Amino acid sequence: MTKPAIRFEKVSRHFGDVIAVDAVDLEIQDGEFFSMLGPSGSGKTTCLRMIAGFDRPTSGRIFLFGQEVSNLPPFERDVNTVFQDYALFPHMTVGDNIAYGLMIKRVPKDERKKRVDEMLDLVQLAGFAARKPSQLSGGQRQRVALARALINHPKVLLLDEPLGALDLKLRQQMQVELKSIQKRIGITFIFVTHDQEEALTMSDRIAVFNQGRIEQVGTPSEVYEKPATPFVAGFVGTSNLISGDVAKRITGSEKTFSIRPEKIYLGSLSDAPSEKMYSATGTVRDVIYLGLYTRYLVNLDDGGELVVIEQNLKTTSMDVLKTRDQKVCLSWDKEHISRVGG
Amino acid sequence: MNRLSGYFFQRPKLVTLLLLSLPMIYMLVVYLGSLVSLLVNSFYYLEEFTGLVVKEFTLGTYAQLLKPTNLGIFRRTAGMALAVTVMDAIVAFPLAYYIAKFASPRLRTYLYIAVTLPLWSSYLVRVYAWKLILSKEGIVSWFVDLFHMNFALDWILSIPGVGGSSLSLSPLGMFIAFCYIWLPYMIVPIQTALERVPKSLLEASSDLGATPSQTFRNVILPLAFPGVVAGSIFTFSLTMGDFIVPQSLGTSRFFIGQAVYSYQGTAGNIPLAAAFTMGPVVIMIVYLLIARKLGAFDAL
Amino acid sequence: MPSKSQGDKASFGLTLGAIGTLLFLHVPLMIIFLYSFTTDEATYTFPLPGFTTKWFGEALKRTDLWDALTLSLKVATLSTIAALILGTLAAAAVYRSDFFGRDAVSFLLVLPIALPGIVTGIALRSAIGSLSIPFTFWTIVIGHATFCVVVVYNNVLARFRRMSGSQIEASMDLGANSFQTFRHVVLPNIGTALLAGGMLAFALSFDEVIVTTFTAGQQSTLPIWIFSQLVRPRDRPVTNVVATIVILITFLPIFFAQKISAESSESEGGSK
Repeated sequence: MTKPAIRFEKVSRHFGDVIAVDAVDLEIQDGEFFSMLGPSGSGKTTCLRMIAGFDRPTSGRIFLFGQEVSNLPPFERDVNTVFQDYALFPHMTVGDNIAYGLMIKRVPKDERKKRVDEMLDLVQLAGFAARKPSQLSGGQRQRVALARALINHPKVLLLDEPLGALDLKLRQQMQVELKSIQKRIGITFIFVTHDQEEALTMSDRIAVFNQGRIEQVGTPSEVYEKPATPFVAGFVGTSNLISGDVAKRITGSEKTFSIRPEKIYLGSLSDAPSEKMYSATGTVRDVIYLGLYTRYLVNLDDGGELVVIEQNLKTTSMDVLKTRDQKVCLSWDKEHISRVGG
Repeated sequence: MNRLSGYFFQRPKLVTLLLLSLPMIYMLVVYLGSLVSLLVNSFYYLEEFTGLVVKEFTLGTYAQLLKPTNLGIFRRTAGMALAVTVMDAIVAFPLAYYIAKFASPRLRTYLYIAVTLPLWSSYLVRVYAWKLILSKEGIVSWFVDLFHMNFALDWILSIPGVGGSSLSLSPLGMFIAFCYIWLPYMIVPIQTALERVPKSLLEASSDLGATPSQTFRNVILPLAFPGVVAGSIFTFSLTMGDFIVPQSLGTSRFFIGQAVYSYQGTAGNIPLAAAFTMGPVVIMIVYLLIARKLGAFDAL
Repeated sequence: MPSKSQGDKASFGLTLGAIGTLLFLHVPLMIIFLYSFTTDEATYTFPLPGFTTKWFGEALKRTDLWDALTLSLKVATLSTIAALILGTLAAAAVYRSDFFGRDAVSFLLVLPIALPGIVTGIALRSAIGSLSIPFTFWTIVIGHATFCVVVVYNNVLARFRRMSGSQIEASMDLGANSFQTFRHVVLPNIGTALLAGGMLAFALSFDEVIVTTFTAGQQSTLPIWIFSQLVRPRDRPVTNVVATIVILITFLPIFFAQKISAESSESEGGSK
């Protein structure tokens, strides 16, 4: 039984009166691609900084492969970080930037050079060693930052919103690349982001942060399809909740339920729902045509509203806009509804 | 090394304290200590007959400041400082505005250097330049003569409180020299303040129908004001405390700086000299506090 | 950086005003150059009655000038070293943490140049006098250091603030302890700021006269020598030459110091 790569034990971090991280317990396994997802100020970055050693917990303990590191300075921890602004040293060449950790450890020059070249190959920047960071594009700087962190063979790699500054295309490309690098070298990646799509695409597991606490930890499909709390349901995807009387009339239970908008069929009133489906009637209040799909906002007759997303397989914008103010029947598979919270 | 570094890393406050200790000890002991000693001295007095300083508390030295001659010195100095400040603000504005809003980045670097270069180059030499220029047989007189304007110069020099025996020995000459010497101190903060005004603000103003002069009056001037205040801290304070210019270009009518210089020097009356400097100190501290309220420190 | 106005042109009046101010700043210095070649020994007659270069030779032979120059250089060197150490320490402390009284530190450091020089001068004189310390070379240096610190402090602090804070964290993250981080990351980053601040502090000290008149004993620095000539002109032609040489000596270091500071803020502005 191997020890978890990272273990948080009741870790809190206070800044004056502000509680940034509130008694968090967490285990991250060796070799995982683990994302910390949450809005800004939710405590995810503070958690990352405590793993790196830039911040220390006010209380609680942090373990790295079973060894307590809570109070170790950053230079005595086997973790490395890719910073949000990359933090490349502007006075050094790309090669010197990447070799920095080796230089500090007094690795001999020729070995340094060899390993820098390997790293440059890994991040597809062969031949860039002599350039200055200022001569690189954003995406290239990002790769240098990654190479500089990985060359030290850290036990865990921390990534603090590293893709935030890139444009959409480049970001999607880097997502794929990061994931494949992680697979190849097999170490734990901890990835902080506020972008739910990014987290869903790349991660083995996700922790959703809110107000200094973790709301849910799970695989992308668990977090998406079975959100544990209303916050998770809202933050990861569109919040489509029914509760109270409405829920009772539809499902027979008064609890809160979440349904993902793309799982709902939009039909006419005459469509008979099957046994395996829940259904509800309502009026289309708004239609937003988005090209690939259309988003409908439906007011339920029993109260409350649901968002429905349908792909425009056969319909055109003219067709969908006609449904405004029409009476409709919504239905969805019973297994696609999930209870939220206790 | 790692051990030690780790120890410090976990005690950031201790590190800050250690870093601060040396400069703060120096500034507190040497500088503030001296200011306190100055303050204490101002409450002593000089025994007229022996010419020795008596270390007994008295307000008598301050009372001497209220003599008409001394009040005149204060009034004269403050008036000069004010006039110089206003004039510098007017002269500085076009260049500051040009640098901040119209110069290309490259030109801006060079203009900035052109403005600050005189600031760092010898202050005495720059005063000396005006001694040359304003002297009776110097350039200004030559030009005045060339245009047959001697009568005008003579008329200006005959105005009491402005003129004197020649331009190089008159309050007017001092005024010109002061304006010249402290001008860069006014240009830089105004430029800094104007640089922070986003172009879009000016565009918004003209988009909303303001004419260029209305935009200037209603948008640019108010936003440049903290810069003017920041600059005025220097022009005002430096003029008030200077004794080089009055000594070189002035008349026999004293300014604060000269009074302090001569009381402590020839008369050995340190208490009176100390009391004299408390005037500018109090004025400047009040001035700095007001300036901070007006946001001038951000423009420094 | 706010977008630069490529399209708009400054109005004619504004350009004229800007050029006028620039001329006002620089023409007087050029006039001194001119006068250093005058044949006129007793007055400042313009136009110059004749041209000669003999005063440069005369000035070089004056031992009082050489002594004054040597003293000024020594004082400026020591004050600059003190200012570099004290200013950098203070800047580092203020940069790295938000401690209580941070504003007070800045305020205290700015005070010696914000208050009239005569206040600093007389204050130091009264303090040194009441402690019965003799007025020597060292009292001049102590006085100069008080107002030189702020120049280094400002330059270094500005550079610290422009430096991406995560660079220090990145260095530590990659295994460097505080001392290694200082050597490999911090020092190269603030190097030119130290150079610029140091040169400016040197120029400030080399030129200072007001505080010096109060803290010097019988010594005469170069500015004090010039001041005595200003009040009672005895060697007009030699003074002209000295003034010219002082301008020339200080011009290059200050020019480069200013260029360093201006360019580093420009390049930073450009990348934002």
